[in-house]
Amino acid sequence: MSKKVAFLQGNEAAAQGALYAGCDFFAGYPITPSTEVSEVLSAELPKTGGKFLQMEDEIAAMAAILGASLAGAKVLTSTSGPGLSLKQELIGYGCIAEIPCVIYNVMRGGPSTGMPTGPSQSDVMCAKWGTHGDHPAICLVPASVQETYEEVIRAFNLSEKYRTPVMVMPDEIVAHMRERIVFPEPGEIEVTPRKLPTVSPAEYKPYDTSFGDVPPLAAFGSGYKFHVTGLNKASDGFPTTKANLVQAEEERQVRKVDANIDDIVTFEEYLLEDAEVAVVAYGSTSRSARYAVNVAREQGIKAGLFRIKTFWPFPDKQIKALAGKVKGIVIPEMNLGMCSLELERCAQGKTPILGIFRVDGEPINPDQILDKIKEVK
Amino acid sequence: MAFDYDKYLRPGKLPHIWCPGCGHGIVMKGLIRAMDTLNLKKEETAIVSGIGCASRLPGYIDCCTLHTAHGRAAAFATGVKMARPEMNVILCGGDGDGTAIGGNHFIHACRRNINMTYIIMNNYIYGMTGGQFSPCTPTGHKASTTPYGNPDPGFDIAKLAIGAGATFVARGTAFHANQIDKLIVEAIQHKGFSVVEILDDCPTTYGRRNKYKSVIEMMNRLKEVAVPVKAAEKMTAEQLQGKILTGVLYKDETKPEYTAEYAKVIERAKAAK
Repeated sequence: MSKKVAFLQGNEAAAQGALYAGCDFFAGYPITPSTEVSEVLSAELPKTGGKFLQMEDEIAAMAAILGASLAGAKVLTSTSGPGLSLKQELIGYGCIAEIPCVIYNVMRGGPSTGMPTGPSQSDVMCAKWGTHGDHPAICLVPASVQETYEEVIRAFNLSEKYRTPVMVMPDEIVAHMRERIVFPEPGEIEVTPRKLPTVSPAEYKPYDTSFGDVPPLAAFGSGYKFHVTGLNKASDGFPTTKANLVQAEEERQVRKVDANIDDIVTFEEYLLEDAEVAVVAYGSTSRSARYAVNVAREQGIKAGLFRIKTFWPFPDKQIKALAGKVKGIVIPEMNLGMCSLELERCAQGKTPILGIFRVDGEPINPDQILDKIKEVK
Repeated sequence: MAFDYDKYLRPGKLPHIWCPGCGHGIVMKGLIRAMDTLNLKKEETAIVSGIGCASRLPGYIDCCTLHTAHGRAAAFATGVKMARPEMNVILCGGDGDGTAIGGNHFIHACRRNINMTYIIMNNYIYGMTGGQFSPCTPTGHKASTTPYGNPDPGFDIAKLAIGAGATFVARGTAFHANQIDKLIVEAIQHKGFSVVEILDDCPTTYGRRNKYKSVIEMMNRLKEVAVPVKAAEKMTAEQLQGKILTGVLYKDETKPEYTAEYAKVIERAKAAK
């Protein structure tokens, strides 16, 4: 049987990916350029008994998905820059209380209202550093409509597996372009269920590390009763200020991601084997980069592409190795040098990092990247 | 025989954090008696709060308890209730948490008329942070941030709730302890968003700045200003000057409840499939 094929927009694909992953609760607030996710899910979710809520503001939408997730739902919210800023308070809550949820954020120009309909990649640092305090961060940056669909599913899986908020951040170009998409069959892509408690309600503790760094999470209303707080907590969920417990819990929360980087980090290497110049790119910018690399090869320049698919945790190990192999790294990005700083950190001075930074709402074109490739000596 | 509060309290969590003379414990006992009257099952009851002294209440009660971020209780609770409409969802918190930083969530929960009960302990002050003025601090009164007297006019929480669309609104006081559970029982039984404001006291950060010599004086003030709605009907405007109405102030059983309305959305979506 041939697979179902469609011509979809990135945001529509994100909504379909969420449904494939078993999302049964969405709360959002209207914001350009991500509103299509809300529109699709407002129509689709109730068809199977799922819930769609349009809340009074971005913070409320984030709060509602956290509450629903604690009650056992698989939850999503969608937003864009200004909304991401507002959601940060409760993204931190999701991190410390360890509540699975997916935040789909379309990157538009900023700061503040910025350029609502213009593309940008300037939220990538906000994904890791936006909420206060130490916390784990997972952020996926798809580059096509198909990949947006698949990465939303992966985001749900990672969120459940590591019991933490996960962000999917396409730039506005990826979110609004239309492409062919081939839908997987049911069961073709693995969907990770939440790790539920195996102990009785009387024995249950919501942060019981005897089950590993990711403790099972019971649902409110399923027979288990427990306490959840945004304060630093002990294994029973109740607040503590005991220094040793707070230190251990904070370290464990971050370790959930740090100890599993190879499971989480994904990337694509294109013509890198013999490359002398590497272009590192992500999102829609990587599409221009691929074109530029192909043209460079035609002109006899040994160029290759390292495409970041998982922005956080950052592919430190791979970039470090790459920096030891090439004469220079070109980084085109629609911000004033955010990924560039991460590359500098990983490269440790072993190779020059040449940036192309655009924040004018225009995409970075292949010619610009090709010119920069040629600057590498 | 004395009422057994222990059956709803979490073992080992007392003493509570509240200061001597604070009325929050009186409200908590009222809530426990109400839960017992209604025979609410602990594992089917969620108690959701924000941040502040009053918001510490859920930690002491042996249910599904969610101590959220400042002001966000109503929005978290909406998520819990929509995901599991069969659960009893009770919110609690203080006046600053609910009407300032949480004001938007509060009025929209009222507007949706979602079947939850919100107990607001109004002690006219931000107690946990040391006594800053709240949207409920009376004009002219002293707080740590109004050393020359509060220039702000205050909210009437009950009127705000009624205006925003809540369908059950009641008010009691920490002095009238025996009325608290009765108001909460009626609120929980009501199908829709119910608000129970309990006028409370904060001797530590409010009383001492506003010339209340003792907790007893603060409690006596609650006794004196409170007038039951029934009694008020027979009083003149002059007699009602400076008084605060208590009891069930508003009840509307005709407005559709939100989870029931969303169940209809699901039916329509399934029919259109």
